[in-house]
Amino acid sequence: MIKDYMAIFNLAENETDIRSLTTNRSIASVPIASRFRVVDFMLSNVVNAGITNVGVFSKSNSRSLVDHIGDGKPWDLSRKNDGLFLFNHGIMEMINYDSKILKNNMEYLYRSKSENVILTSSYMICNMDLSEAVKAHEASGCDVTVVYTESNNAHVDFQNCYTICVDEETNRVTGRGKNLGFDEKANVCMEIFLMKKSLLINLIYKNARVQSARSFYSALFDEFNNGSITMNAYKFGGYVSCINSISAYYRANMDMLKMEVSTELFRSQRPVYTKIKDEPPTIYVKGCQVSNSLIADGCIIKGTVKNSVIGRFVEVEEGAVVENCIILQNIKIKANAKLHNVIVDKNVTISENTELRGNENFPLVIEKKNLL
Amino acid sequence: MAKKNMIAMILAGGQGSRLSPMTKVMCKPAVSFGGKYRIIDFALSNCSNSGIDTVGILTQFKPQALNSHIGIGSPWDLDRVHGGVAMLPPYMSEQGGDWYKGTANAVYQNLSFCDQYDPKYILILSGDHIYKMDYRKMLSRHIDSGADATIAVMQVPLEEASRFGIMNTDDEDVVVEFEEKPKHPKSTLASMGIYIFTYQKLREYLVKDAEDPNSNYDFGKNIIPAMLANNERLVAYRFEGYWKDVGTISSYWEANMDLLSVDNEVKLFDTSWKLYTDVAVRPSQYIGCEAKIENSIITEGCVVEGEVTNSILFPGCVVAKNARIVDSIIMEGTVIEDNVIVNKSIILENCVVKANNVIGNGDDIAVIEANSVVEPNYSGVN
Repeated sequence: MIKDYMAIFNLAENETDIRSLTTNRSIASVPIASRFRVVDFMLSNVVNAGITNVGVFSKSNSRSLVDHIGDGKPWDLSRKNDGLFLFNHGIMEMINYDSKILKNNMEYLYRSKSENVILTSSYMICNMDLSEAVKAHEASGCDVTVVYTESNNAHVDFQNCYTICVDEETNRVTGRGKNLGFDEKANVCMEIFLMKKSLLINLIYKNARVQSARSFYSALFDEFNNGSITMNAYKFGGYVSCINSISAYYRANMDMLKMEVSTELFRSQRPVYTKIKDEPPTIYVKGCQVSNSLIADGCIIKGTVKNSVIGRFVEVEEGAVVENCIILQNIKIKANAKLHNVIVDKNVTISENTELRGNENFPLVIEKKNLL
Repeated sequence: MAKKNMIAMILAGGQGSRLSPMTKVMCKPAVSFGGKYRIIDFALSNCSNSGIDTVGILTQFKPQALNSHIGIGSPWDLDRVHGGVAMLPPYMSEQGGDWYKGTANAVYQNLSFCDQYDPKYILILSGDHIYKMDYRKMLSRHIDSGADATIAVMQVPLEEASRFGIMNTDDEDVVVEFEEKPKHPKSTLASMGIYIFTYQKLREYLVKDAEDPNSNYDFGKNIIPAMLANNERLVAYRFEGYWKDVGTISSYWEANMDLLSVDNEVKLFDTSWKLYTDVAVRPSQYIGCEAKIENSIITEGCVVEGEVTNSILFPGCVVAKNARIVDSIIMEGTVIEDNVIVNKSIILENCVVKANNVIGNGDDIAVIEANSVVEPNYSGVN
């Protein structure tokens, strides 16, 4: 359990490559792994480390996020002392720069009693013992600790993520960059930063005085580059995926079908929490064929489901085939429809005999049905 | 305190000895049912869906599991500013204290709880029945018919009628005679143990009943007959739909098996009348490459690599490769290892059935107690 730390979720994540899933929501509230949302993983990591003060700073498109997180009860964050604080902006005020979002809510930072902050994004899917990162941070004596993962497949898995250069002997950060997909090997920044709250406040003010229309990440590294702060690197050795594009989203879901990944993510001492929906159990009707699939409660399976991730309240009718697909919540796949490598967003009905086919690298996305 | 139109009292003190060993560590209403529920979830969800926001739960026998399941009632939306759920065990007072001597006595001892809401009507329920019912319809019937008490009834087959309290009614469904478990039933309208009383009327009878040293202090045996004898207006409310009192291991098994169709009579998959429960968050169920599943109900957290037919798996069960589960109920957290055959069995919570085992002969229902480690040649089958 770690004391004196609060967590701040900075949800100014780049949505350019995952647009079709984020027209109605932020990346943080994109459904994933059949019954979770992206933010559940990092939020659970924070809670499982014993942090009880969590601020979530979101961009404007936050209806779905607010609906999901609510008062934070599923994460045990509905509290009188500390708990969950959700900050978001109305449609009128289009703010895309996290520095400004943070600055607008300085009062929260001042009021919180914690001396230290873990600043994090939501889209790195992992199950991490954050108390280990805190230990490493405090032992390092550095102003800031950055959590990173060493990837041997960075050109595919972590495109467009920030990278850092690390001195392997001292674990000090020596530089930064961006993964444009040229290198297989990279130290990918997981966008988790540990620092004193006072330092964060200083950085925000300093940045606001210069120019608020830029990312906090740039501001932090400006400070680092001009030698004002020291930066330690903490390597996380577990499974990580970054949900910043449709193909990364597809791969991450498919990863959940691997026993070693799902065991690490879901069956450790640190459970992943999410909102309860009170769905009935799932029923498998005579004649169904299911293999290598992750299926949420509330489904009725009469057809064939193979290598797929199925969300809550999905009905697969007789003769329908769902293969290599990601099916989100509340979807009907009617009789004899055939779906291969398709991502189907919420509330959609796929009519009888429809055939839809994407491919492994370019899955077809059927967007969420708007209830208008 | 805000006045309530109707409050509910759920009788949840039942020992359920015929359900042993399921009731070895918990009372019957806390017994798991239907993949992810406990029996009391049906009555509680019915209350919640019927708009009843004040519920007292009368407990007596081994209440710990029930207490932790109910908590402050949030899964059923019963954590309320006014009202909500209250656990009501027997208690001591200046005049001493007593165990609940019967169903009526349990409510009698909590009249002060009821009084504080000054309810117009009171709904008396049993915590161990499986059914979905809109109590608002029953209340309308109670009000429209000008009844003092309304008793939910259902048609049962004549040969089973002598197991129930039987209502003999006139052509307006006013009860003219009540017989508890009659040898020669005159009708097939059985009481379901669900009553709505006009509260002040019930209060009078409960107080009178408590003064009678020869009473059984029971709704069916004493209160209803006393009201009938005094010509109070008792009305039958006919319920059509699924209702089951899971009293024995075999009726428990059957009631679970009744769920194994999409349009089952319980309407388990009808989400317009949701069932709520308190359940730990787990990942979705994983169905392995070689798994074969037929006509079964499976819930979150399960990992199935083997074969499951006509069975119910509760959260977090593991069925290893080459294992076969047939006509069985496997409860939360139980692990079935490689090469095991489970046939017509109920395996309770957190067991490990070791590899190369055979449980159940397909005739009698085999029951394995909670937390057992079942080696081959295990002798603890109930």
